[in-house]
Amino acid sequence: MAGISKAFPGVIALDGVDFEVRAGEVHALLGENGAGKSTLVKIMTGVYEKDSGEMYVRGEKVEIRSPLDAQRLGIRIIHQEFTLINDMSVAENIFLDAMGSRMLSWVPYRRMRAESRELLKRLGLHHVSVDALVRDLSVAEQQIVEIARALREEAAVIIMDEPTAALTDAEVERLMDIIRQLRASGTGIVYISHKLDEVMAIADRATVLRDGRLVGTKPMAELTRDEIVRMMVGRPLTKLYVRNHKPTSEVALEVRDLSVPGRVHGASLVAHKGEVVGITGLMGAGQSELVRAIFGAVPRSGGEIKLHGRPVDIRSPQDAIRHGIALLTENRKEEGLVLLLSVVANSSLAALEKVSRFGFVDVAKERRQAADYVERLAIKTPSLDQEVDSLSGGNQQKVVLSKWLATDADVIIMAEPTRGIDVGAKAEVYALIDELAGQGKTILLVSSELPEVINLSDRIYVMHEGRIVAELDAANTSQEEIGHYATGGTRHESA
Amino acid sequence: MSLLKPQAVSAPRQWIRRYGMLLVLLAMMLLASLLSDRFLTSNNLMNVTRQVAINAILAAGMTVVILSGGIDLSVGSVLALTGAVGAGMIAAGGNWLVAALAMLGLGTLLGAVNGFFVAYGQLPPFIVTLAMMAFARGATLVYTNGRPITVLNNAFQWFGHGSVGPVPAPVAIMIILYLAFYIFLNRTTLGRLIYAVGGNERAARMSGVRVNFIKVLVYAMSGFTAGFAGIVLTSRLFSAQPTAGTSYELDAIAAVILGGTSLSGGRGSVTGTIIGAFIIGILGNVLNLLNVSSFYQDVAKGVVILVAVLLDRLIHAGGKGSLRKGVAPRAQQA
Repeated sequence: MAGISKAFPGVIALDGVDFEVRAGEVHALLGENGAGKSTLVKIMTGVYEKDSGEMYVRGEKVEIRSPLDAQRLGIRIIHQEFTLINDMSVAENIFLDAMGSRMLSWVPYRRMRAESRELLKRLGLHHVSVDALVRDLSVAEQQIVEIARALREEAAVIIMDEPTAALTDAEVERLMDIIRQLRASGTGIVYISHKLDEVMAIADRATVLRDGRLVGTKPMAELTRDEIVRMMVGRPLTKLYVRNHKPTSEVALEVRDLSVPGRVHGASLVAHKGEVVGITGLMGAGQSELVRAIFGAVPRSGGEIKLHGRPVDIRSPQDAIRHGIALLTENRKEEGLVLLLSVVANSSLAALEKVSRFGFVDVAKERRQAADYVERLAIKTPSLDQEVDSLSGGNQQKVVLSKWLATDADVIIMAEPTRGIDVGAKAEVYALIDELAGQGKTILLVSSELPEVINLSDRIYVMHEGRIVAELDAANTSQEEIGHYATGGTRHESA
Repeated sequence: MSLLKPQAVSAPRQWIRRYGMLLVLLAMMLLASLLSDRFLTSNNLMNVTRQVAINAILAAGMTVVILSGGIDLSVGSVLALTGAVGAGMIAAGGNWLVAALAMLGLGTLLGAVNGFFVAYGQLPPFIVTLAMMAFARGATLVYTNGRPITVLNNAFQWFGHGSVGPVPAPVAIMIILYLAFYIFLNRTTLGRLIYAVGGNERAARMSGVRVNFIKVLVYAMSGFTAGFAGIVLTSRLFSAQPTAGTSYELDAIAAVILGGTSLSGGRGSVTGTIIGAFIIGILGNVLNLLNVSSFYQDVAKGVVILVAVLLDRLIHAGGKGSLRKGVAPRAQQA
């Protein structure tokens, strides 16, 4: 791609960007949220049309006007959100496009199943039947089915957008193997991720975008982590983590023996005023259900919740919010935001009564409040009336944060607050967490990113199979120790 | 601070997006006046408006339901049942005002029952209101024994035949309802929460919105407007017909959709709906003036709804560099 430009009303999203992927190369595409990565990818895959510039596939000039054009040219994308049909079998999904283009023939089940089996084997997914419904597969398995589909179509270029966001470490390892294998067989891979460690481990070259412009393309071997970050943010990032808050000894939240049928078994924890408490574990160890139960979003079968020493009865999110608890969910598009609504409307949603009088929204007050947050959290948006759908991930997350700050909650639970957002926005979220704790708020930080948990928290609870198995002092622990407990290790062995 | 100012709507595309259906309406009126010289007489226009009023009243409640992500198929039957019950009360010597209030109350109650099953029974709105549609129609036939109930009450006649100054009563009722709904949806907390629930129910729930209450509310509002339409229609016809309001729900839904409200909820307005109601009303009126058989009128209505919605889609999705283009095709990406 040469000199690609694209403008949206009010913003130039891409300004004369050059980008190339060679066969048999893993090419990392890096940049902060809003740097133009997704726009570039959308142009490659025919979702957007470019305003100017030229595109070449195998040396030939091409025009990509629709997703179908891109597919025909062998450009496939694998998203965070999959495009599989849940109620069809693995084989049917792998052959979906083939069926689409030959609608009038019988479905060649025998060939489909045989070829699908072959593909899955190549990708190391032996234990999954090609007749299994996609619905019943794990996220990692579904992702491999997506890759199988791309392989069957002999994709020349596979774009992977945050492919590891929802994978466990072991699954990430396997994905890396698959990527190496694809590379060896001559497929070009565009790898987009916010996890720099991964990128540095797998990519051959990296292209960095900033504010819609090309910063540079370099071989990975010539780049250091700091250099990449500097290219992305345009300045050396002095410190990712800040910690100025001092926890008090005043108990703010106490949970005793809380259970969620099948998911959480008798969990107890305390959190103090001004403290950041980390909750971590492998995916699905019950962290998410535990905090949802505290927030009243899933029913609990037993247990007691005390706020500032007083037992409270929380049966719904309304109850929780009324008692000053906020929950920033891990999936902002599904549960955090109303994408059709504006920045203003989203930021006031959880505390609309605070900007209302006699049942009427005080529009001026609401806008002032939203404008305050836009400024304080440095939310990049063309206007307050912008639908949040069109904001970048990091800015969307900040809108969710503003929504919970507006409730003035004193216990703020954040589940995976930095998932899918870039380094710059991450640092801002970290600073905000520290600032909030400094103001005397209590933060429960649920995260599977161990560096984040260790560097921000004061104390850490580790969960394993629905139980809290360890309580650790963040200053005296390590990723290894946490990993030990998270995988079911006992206290005795670790010593 | 520039952020505090509402976004300027200067670009022509945005202008078209906002007023597109109004342009369609005006174009239709222009065409109508060329085709028939009787169209632009004040008599005829008043007549159209009076006819539009009942559908528009129903469509106001329907808009609120559809904005919340639901649908209400029962409004035609609820209209008939409230009409029959009110007419029965007046025929039995009851006070007209009590009867009218009872009709509004009954409509609201039936709507709330819909909402209850949708919210707390977690049933699809289509099924619940389909059941209510059958139930209320059946109850009407039982109550009336299949025969019309005549209403002879001078005061009650006002709703269908009276006027406020030069404005016919049904039209006045329609205007007041739309003003109230407009303010409700755009200015009140509850109105805002309806958009939130329709836009993303899970996010609304996790933000502490009492989603179930909102659902009961929207169906109750739809029942209320159905009751109001029942009053006006019964008054206009001097009687409650057991088959009154049959398939009115379809016209109401059509008006809402023509008005640009998204069937999946979260986006739309009552200003759009009233334009949609007029498009349907004027279409029927023109075909009447041109002596087209009523059979063909339905055919024409189907075509117009499809074309108008298609046009609306083009206006919304079209154009390079429109951010909205990025929104729509997300589902089909890759």
